[in-house]
Amino acid sequence: MMAPPPAIRLEGVGLDFGAAPLFRDLDLCFGAGIMTVLLGASGVGKTSLLRMLGGLVMPDYGRVAAADGQPLAGRVAWMGQQDLLLPWATVMDNVMLGARLRGDRADRGRAGRLLDCVGLSSRAAALPGTLSGGMRQRVALARVLYEDRPVVLMDEPFSALDSVTRARMQDLAGRMLAGRTVVLITHDPLEACRLADRMLLMSGHPARLDAMGVPAGAVPRAVDDPGVLAAQSVLLRRMMQ
Amino acid sequence: MTGTAAARGMRLLRPAVTLAGLLAAWWALACWGHVPPYMLPGPDAVARALWTQRAQLAPAAVTTLEETVLGLVLGIGAGSVLAIGMAVCAPLRRWVMPMVLLSQAVPVFALAPLLVLWFGFGMASKVVMAVLVIFFPVTSALGDGLRQTEPGWMDLARTMGATRWRVLVHVRLPAAMPSFASGVRMATAIAPIGAVVGEWVGASSGLGFLMQTANTRFQTDLMFAALAVLAAMTVLLWWGVDRALAHALYWLPRHADVD
Repeated sequence: MMAPPPAIRLEGVGLDFGAAPLFRDLDLCFGAGIMTVLLGASGVGKTSLLRMLGGLVMPDYGRVAAADGQPLAGRVAWMGQQDLLLPWATVMDNVMLGARLRGDRADRGRAGRLLDCVGLSSRAAALPGTLSGGMRQRVALARVLYEDRPVVLMDEPFSALDSVTRARMQDLAGRMLAGRTVVLITHDPLEACRLADRMLLMSGHPARLDAMGVPAGAVPRAVDDPGVLAAQSVLLRRMMQ
Repeated sequence: MTGTAAARGMRLLRPAVTLAGLLAAWWALACWGHVPPYMLPGPDAVARALWTQRAQLAPAAVTTLEETVLGLVLGIGAGSVLAIGMAVCAPLRRWVMPMVLLSQAVPVFALAPLLVLWFGFGMASKVVMAVLVIFFPVTSALGDGLRQTEPGWMDLARTMGATRWRVLVHVRLPAAMPSFASGVRMATAIAPIGAVVGEWVGASSGLGFLMQTANTRFQTDLMFAALAVLAAMTVLLWWGVDRALAHALYWLPRHADVD
């Protein structure tokens, strides 16, 4: 059904943000079909990196490309810090937004099944303003899944949620996005340890990326998994340095 | 919690009390203020004029209402087209915007005699006048709304492979609607000014024309009556437009009462 997810390569990439050099000659590969989690302090350039992957920002030099040689455009789904739901459109129409914006025929049946998967089939006709923050993020996740793209880029998608809702969203996203090439930005060490197949810690100007140890077990890992908890404290200590 | 019925009662009561107070002050001034009736007729005289002159007032009000509504429709249409054009086509904005600003620098009152000369004593010159005062608030409000689309939505639309026009229709225009609505509300409040100014300068009917004639004949009570009709008409028109907009923008929270 979905084309096999590609790995994404950055080759000799450089990017400035105003006067600040964010990246210099950066070489990096995001593995195919796995969840890569990016951590790092605010302002280090995580969002800029993600925007380059999504084709929203062009690097000043160097190349961002899919490893299979096909163009990345049209194969990427985006989930931002805010849910970005259109307040005038129903939940159902928000899920099918991509189809409407491309002029494709909207598939209500599939959108309905995805809403069912995220537990919101009873709210299909509701307006986003009537939903809780957690529900809104689930609609945003259903919108990503409706796009059915092999690459999914997520910029702190759960940061605004309370911790219980966030843990539930991590379970849901971890399950639903399995098998895709996912890049997830987060500030939350627990989230990183639950969801990462591969973990990269970003620091410095220009940014350097260090691979961190990842707990054993398949994503999404349990919140009370001893391996997750141990890795979380190691990670937090490292981030505090 | 006093309940919403009580709150609504208060909301209607407050302007009623204010209005009654102003009327009482006016009446007192007319009765005991040694002001001759040709300068300030009492509210009773104005009420009498409203009734006895209804055969003149009603058709005049209809004329002014027609000019105002036609001006509103055309002005909002022209203002919207201009705003959308400038939003999608940057060169158009650079070429046209200075002209738009210039058009607002010339007072419409100064243009009135010229417009009557060009478009005649009939309805056309008044409609053009109304359009001239209306289109700028609409253009500027809708233009602001279109420029301030949430950047996250634009990013999302780009990754979805959206076309420019579809983003405009499905994202940017609906997102600009609250801003557009404030422009339309303002246009509704000032549209009758355009029409009445046109009627003052040269017309054969309408509330402005009636006021002008009454003024030359020292029928001050009729002048006040025409003014009252104009005010009532403007308030009703504004209220109707406001309700229609609130209905059309169903996703916005109802305006909270600001106390």
